[in-house]
Amino acid sequence: MDTYYTKNHEWVKIEDNIATVGITEYAAAQLGDVVFIDLPEIGKECEQDKTLAEIESVKAASDIYAPLSGKVIESNAKLDDAPETINNSPESEGWIAKIELSNLDETKNLMDKEQYSKHLETL
Amino acid sequence: MKKIIKKLPLHDIHLGLSAKMGDFAGWKVPLFYKSIIEEYKHCREKVALFDISHMGEFIFEGDIKKSGLEEAVTPWIKKIPLGRSRYGFILNQAGGIIDDLVIFKINESKIMFVVNAASESIDYQILQERITGGKLENISAKTAKIDLQGPLAKEILVEVLNFKADIPYFSFKEFNYQGEKLLISRTGYTGELGYEIFIPNNLASFVWDQFINNKDVMPAGFAARDILRLEMGYSLMGNELKNTITPIEAGLGKFINFNKDFVGKTALLKQKEEGVAKIKVAFSSSSRRIPRSGYKIYDQDREIGEVTSGTFSSCLCSGIGLGYINSDCTQPMKNIFIGDEKKIRFGAEVVELPFYKQGSLKKDNN
Repeated sequence: MDTYYTKNHEWVKIEDNIATVGITEYAAAQLGDVVFIDLPEIGKECEQDKTLAEIESVKAASDIYAPLSGKVIESNAKLDDAPETINNSPESEGWIAKIELSNLDETKNLMDKEQYSKHLETL
Repeated sequence: MKKIIKKLPLHDIHLGLSAKMGDFAGWKVPLFYKSIIEEYKHCREKVALFDISHMGEFIFEGDIKKSGLEEAVTPWIKKIPLGRSRYGFILNQAGGIIDDLVIFKINESKIMFVVNAASESIDYQILQERITGGKLENISAKTAKIDLQGPLAKEILVEVLNFKADIPYFSFKEFNYQGEKLLISRTGYTGELGYEIFIPNNLASFVWDQFINNKDVMPAGFAARDILRLEMGYSLMGNELKNTITPIEAGLGKFINFNKDFVGKTALLKQKEEGVAKIKVAFSSSSRRIPRSGYKIYDQDREIGEVTSGTFSSCLCSGIGLGYINSDCTQPMKNIFIGDEKKIRFGAEVVELPFYKQGSLKKDNN
């Protein structure tokens, strides 16, 4: 399973043609206590770098962007009642959506773990 | 000229507790230490400690009647019993709120004013202009304030300071501690049983440490404080209260006693007679979405007002907010929409305050 990162602090784990998407520890810490997430609808077509979901913390409302293009096949319903899961486990249990990818080539626009770590150092 | 940001007397302590600091009313303040919601919950369930030293304090000494102090503010100072305090306002001639404040009657010729940090200079200047006798001293720079708030507050006060007095809500006592005089007031901004402790700066960190070392006490920041006060529907100067808004529009007319004279009285009387242009409303979202300050309020598609404050309420499990709507809307307004004029839009219901009804504020029925 390959894991990639975006400069907007989303992570994506790809297995075969299915990508699981969430936000990174860094993003979750920046947001603070998450209180609401507007999960994407099943069947929604998403495009790389366009809004996939909306997230609200006590501090601010924010957009989560699709790291890759495709179709949403599943979203993490647990987050409806327990959005704080994103703070407790952003890169595992706090996953947001699963996407059936339409263009695996788009991964060339993403960072690997090492590149993302370097990116964090510049902030 | 570069804006000066002031540091609280306990600034280094907050850094030592890993506080995330932010700017508020010209001060560097602790927004939160670990988690906003955890701190909020600890105040509702046990007891939390807040550093509120940024607020302003003035001491007036002299003949209250002859000095013209009575007319300078809305509370009827003459009628306040010794050892008691009252909430009220400094108004302008149009009845607009320059500041909200609490007045403490220390004795028949000694009063303490507690005012908001952002308005401290202007309040002092205006009071000086309005009074013709007596002496008004600004003691803000040498006075710290620590708020102890939560259902366990009374027991902790006994345990930590050995302060055993049973004082009713909106009363206070002066208390000798470590060779200094503290003023301990049964007041607060959270809706829980609690105390505001006024301390000379030089003793503030000692007092803070005594409380923090107690296993039940958690430090809480300004972000948690905002959720606590919003769940009670308490107004915030700068958000719900402005110099273009009167106490009547703000839904605080009950604090005005029209039997005495005060600056702004004529304007308020006129408003009582003719009606208000806007009214304050409280509402809860139909979801967990937060109505944010500046979002618009709609009746279907028609814009009718604006949100002044909002947050997420753990007790209601929804967003909550305060705002103003035009008084010419259908009354009573029940179902509204909230939106940011771009893409966020969600429903909300106008409700009666407080949002949070289980507070321990008057736990002892006192």
